[in-house]
Amino acid sequence: MSLAVDIGWGTTLGIKTLVVMGLIPVGALVLGYTFLLKMMSHMQSRLGPMDPGGFHGWYQLIGDGLKFIQKEDIIPAGADKRVFKLAPAIVVLSTFLMFVVLPGGPDFVVAKNLDVGVFYALAVSSLSVIGVLMAGWASSNKYALLGSLRAAAQLIAYELPLVLAVIGAVVQAGTMNLQGIVRFQADGAIFGWDGLGHPLILTQFVGFALFMVAAQAELSQPPFDMPVAESELVAGYMVEYTGFRFLFFFIGEFGTAFVYAGLAATLFLGGWSLPFVDADDNIMNFLGPGVLFAKIMLVAFLMFWARFTYPRLREDQLQALAWKWLIPIALVNILATGALKVAF
Amino acid sequence: MTTDTNPTPPTTPKLGNVAAKQVKGMLGGLGVTLRTMFKPAVTVQYPHEKEAPPTRARGVIALKEENCTVCMLCARSCPDWCIYIEGHKEKRPPRREGGRERTVSVLDRFDIDYALCMYCGICVEVCPFDALHWSPEYEYSEPSIAHLLHDKDRLGEWEATVPEAEPLELGAVVKGAKK
Repeated sequence: MSLAVDIGWGTTLGIKTLVVMGLIPVGALVLGYTFLLKMMSHMQSRLGPMDPGGFHGWYQLIGDGLKFIQKEDIIPAGADKRVFKLAPAIVVLSTFLMFVVLPGGPDFVVAKNLDVGVFYALAVSSLSVIGVLMAGWASSNKYALLGSLRAAAQLIAYELPLVLAVIGAVVQAGTMNLQGIVRFQADGAIFGWDGLGHPLILTQFVGFALFMVAAQAELSQPPFDMPVAESELVAGYMVEYTGFRFLFFFIGEFGTAFVYAGLAATLFLGGWSLPFVDADDNIMNFLGPGVLFAKIMLVAFLMFWARFTYPRLREDQLQALAWKWLIPIALVNILATGALKVAF
Repeated sequence: MTTDTNPTPPTTPKLGNVAAKQVKGMLGGLGVTLRTMFKPAVTVQYPHEKEAPPTRARGVIALKEENCTVCMLCARSCPDWCIYIEGHKEKRPPRREGGRERTVSVLDRFDIDYALCMYCGICVEVCPFDALHWSPEYEYSEPSIAHLLHDKDRLGEWEATVPEAEPLELGAVVKGAKK
């Protein structure tokens, strides 16, 4: 059951590339506007932008983006120019590649339905560390260097709990294929009761919590924003970037938040599937993306809620949290999941 | 100097209690932000809606020109030297038949440079003839800093916005008041 139009793989690839290239800035804009501008403002008892665009300042972020495009492109004299220019592209590239395996309906995945979907998504997500390190090193600026080293230490430390948190879900579903995990949640049953299907958040709530905390750190969002701690490092690895290249980092940050929210929604909330609707029904091909988007917004709400509530941790507290708490809890979670899987 | 020989030993709280307390605190924080989100914001959308300033707000200094005697006390007391006064003397006819001609000071120029003014109010305090008053008016910004030098006509317009003085206390004697 595929779409009726038969087009070559090259055209398909081109269309899919364009769609993903559009999805990243649009996702970043939606998250940035809804949460960064509006939700944060209301949580701080203010309104946020109200005038640009006429209706609740919807045009604000687009205007900011256009402003960044106009700005002068400055490269420091001592910078390693080629690496400096490449770094933001690599950060966005890792976001771009993560979209590839996200399933949007029973018959379509954004680009490719990989059997190692989860593994692939988490593997390409760590590409951004390289971009960040390149940015920090090539800037020839001590703040940028310190910021990028902090970022590297943080991203590596939190990669582990992130992956370990996912393993619980993978063990339960018995597959690494994201489409397969969604199918498991849509068709499954909890101890014989299949009213809701089996959203993994109900049985893997520990994994979900760990995933959210680790994803927050992977995105270097507050309370884990030490790499860009402005009171200590000005803007960390982004300090020398202006204009369009800075915009790339910004889009990368929020685009990645969008994909991580999508990954969490797919792994733990049932992705595109709806309870009470048959997952094989063709209508899910049309409803699926909307359902997934709604779930992404729900997960993103949790992420940004924490982001706007908590103050920044200290660097050593950050490392202690990952190594002393999250990783042991994740290991115990895997052990328990495995034991229960064998027992039932 | 006495040293406390018997300090209370630091009690080591149980790890579980600490963790519970911390988790409780963190959830409480989330609750605060969520509650605030659903409360109406305190923002006043200024150009579209306006907030009435307090009656005695120190918005701008207004001039009641007929009270001014060009005595220069305000200009001299101004810490920023932002008041510019010019005047001249004029002869007026005598009050009584065969009397001497009177000399009066006439105000030619009274400018306050609001780019320099620091709103200390010393000029209002020091004026012996109640020619200067605080007005709650606040919308007088200009596109150019040079245009913040306002002349006596503009200062006179603001006089209309000055709130009425509080009535004197019962039994207060007004000095020099004419019956």
